[in-house]
Amino acid sequence: MIRLEGVSKAYRGHVALAPTSVAFSAQRTTVLIGPSGCGKSTLLRLMVGLVRPDSGQVWIGDEKLGSDNVERLRHGIGYVIQDGGLFPHLTARRNIALLARHLGRPEARIGARIAELAEAVKLPLGLLERYPRELSGGQRQRVSLMRALMLDPPVLLLDEPLGALDPVTRYELQEELKQVFATLAKTVVLVTHDMNEAAHFGDRIMLLRAGRIVQSGTFSEFLRSPAEDYVRDFIRAQRTIIPGKA
Amino acid sequence: MRSTLALLLLLLSGLCGAQDTVKVGSKRFTESYILGEIIAASVRSVGEVDAIHRQGLGNTAIVFSALRSGVIDVYPEYAGTIAMELLKKSATSSLEEINRELAPLGLGAAVRLGFSNSYALAMREDHAAKLQIVTVSDLRRTPSLKFGLSQEFLNRKDGWNGMARAYGLTATPQGLDHGLAYEAIATSQADVIDVYSTDAKLAKHRLRVLTDDLGYFPRYDAVLLYRLDLPQRFPKAWAAMSRLEGRISAEQMIALNARAELAGVPFASIAETFLGDGKEHALPVPHAGRQFLDSLVGGDFLRLTGEHLLLVFASLALSIVFGVPLGIWAGRSPGAAGWILGSVGMLQTIPSLALLAFLITWMGTIGTAPAIVALFLYALLPIVRSTASGLADIPLPLRESGLALGLPGGARLRMIELPLAARSILAGIKTSAIINVGTATIAAFVGAGGYGERIVAGLAVNDNAVLLAGAVPAALMAVGLQLGFDLLDRWLIPAGLRHDEGIEH
Repeated sequence: MIRLEGVSKAYRGHVALAPTSVAFSAQRTTVLIGPSGCGKSTLLRLMVGLVRPDSGQVWIGDEKLGSDNVERLRHGIGYVIQDGGLFPHLTARRNIALLARHLGRPEARIGARIAELAEAVKLPLGLLERYPRELSGGQRQRVSLMRALMLDPPVLLLDEPLGALDPVTRYELQEELKQVFATLAKTVVLVTHDMNEAAHFGDRIMLLRAGRIVQSGTFSEFLRSPAEDYVRDFIRAQRTIIPGKA
Repeated sequence: MRSTLALLLLLLSGLCGAQDTVKVGSKRFTESYILGEIIAASVRSVGEVDAIHRQGLGNTAIVFSALRSGVIDVYPEYAGTIAMELLKKSATSSLEEINRELAPLGLGAAVRLGFSNSYALAMREDHAAKLQIVTVSDLRRTPSLKFGLSQEFLNRKDGWNGMARAYGLTATPQGLDHGLAYEAIATSQADVIDVYSTDAKLAKHRLRVLTDDLGYFPRYDAVLLYRLDLPQRFPKAWAAMSRLEGRISAEQMIALNARAELAGVPFASIAETFLGDGKEHALPVPHAGRQFLDSLVGGDFLRLTGEHLLLVFASLALSIVFGVPLGIWAGRSPGAAGWILGSVGMLQTIPSLALLAFLITWMGTIGTAPAIVALFLYALLPIVRSTASGLADIPLPLRESGLALGLPGGARLRMIELPLAARSILAGIKTSAIINVGTATIAAFVGAGGYGERIVAGLAVNDNAVLLAGAVPAALMAVGLQLGFDLLDRWLIPAGLRHDEGIEH
């Protein structure tokens, strides 16, 4: 479980996140949604310690996130970003195994874990010997997910993981990811600006605007009783194009 | 870091130690080479002690630093230069005045060799004889003579203007490039030119040097500048050197210079002939127009190549060892980057001869060690800068991915950041190596050898074949290094980064 206590962040006077207290409960998928610059990515980056809060505390489990324990606590967090963040000089397999190797895990266990993860994300093992530039966008995101899951962390943070993919690949991966989340039983926080995607993944959806959480609840609660006009507008702006549903 | 450097310097300077010899220095022009050989040969002739000649040591500042630090014991110098350039006094200071100033430095000037090398005016011998002109004052009788004077002489404080006033000369001189002056007077386009009074070409073109009868020009008497402990350490050798007093007239010096520059006789054999029975000895005497190819593959080619490679790679290794960590520091901390790049950049602006002169004094040695240190300092900038920029140019998402994995700083540097910056770092090392090949030619100024030895010798005796025999292999070495590094790129740049559109294009 991850908990934020009065956490805020401003960049040069611009408020990225107003003082916010929120908890992400274990084994549930929470989706952070909102327009560009609403603070949803900042919230995620605060949780993995890439951004230091101006005020407040981030709790990972029962430990306060600080400079002394951030490296160790990150081992318990998988982090995936939009274009994968794979290291171009390492093959997919080496990208995935990088941290485990550094921590001195036995090679046999690393190999077994990689095979298990490749099956979970439906990636042919042969592709793992390729360099990132030799993989398609969807394959890169699968590798990135494998890297994040390598040490079997209790927490998985995904910052627009499907944002750079074409619609078909995106659709496929949405289906697969949902299955993966369901089997893994992890605390998942996923950032997106797409309400359909949010509805697809989220046990709980949080909508942010201008650094504040505007509404938090299930998708049907969002539809039934939007907390303010902005929420209604946001949902309407993202209506699907499938005839009959519009 | 400082102590590592000091230790290294100590090791390097150990290579240059030679205790029981008289070490003679010379500057890098023909006359100084010849006098250095004569001094060394006269020391050897008494059999008290061996002598080595560290020839062609750059400029006055470098050879003087070498003398003060005890790397050499003695070298030929001109009294006027000692007074004006080294002691900052009037060029007309007497030898006694000069010695009063030199004594606190543990140095002395003695043994007037017998000639002065100063500015002088010269005319064609036959022309001067016809007009019965012997002294500068005689020029007043023939105001129609055409003066072709070098720009330097026209513009110096103690040049033409002062001279014309002192002698009451009314001619309007023409500016003439010094390199063309001898041709101009030979073809009668000029009647009077300015010369150095012991110039080899005076003999070749049969010119008469006019006597400075009013004593207008300061005298640049050739003397020995030496360490005061030399006469005590080697009294017999010193006595032999002292016997050179008054032995070399201006005419003789002109002839000796001509034998080196015009006849291509090696300095050592000129010196032996001068001190010995006057007969040419058995050394093969190359003629003036030596062929470039003969010079190129001459007997010292392998030695010079080895020395040049040592200079380039030893200094390159040092600049990698110090430059990459400095670059990492600069790349990681924007606060430090300013002053690190600033100070490394400032090193580039120090003129090489000034840097070498300083290093010789500081390290107390000449030769390979100060040359390597100078090259090391010059090679730092490209390596530091390319390392810093290579690290700074790593895209933020990649840097954050390393952080988010929970890898500690050292592991991120080793496994992620340095490999990603490898291409930039290698480019910097390549630049430094290639620049070093060229810069290493200055090492010859401090007796460190390499191809520069030929360039310096070629410049000194105006022999383009010798000069090219040094410059061409240096250029080829640079090209070879370039190709070598291109191959190295394939080994060292991670496969995933090669032909990567996103990284450098």
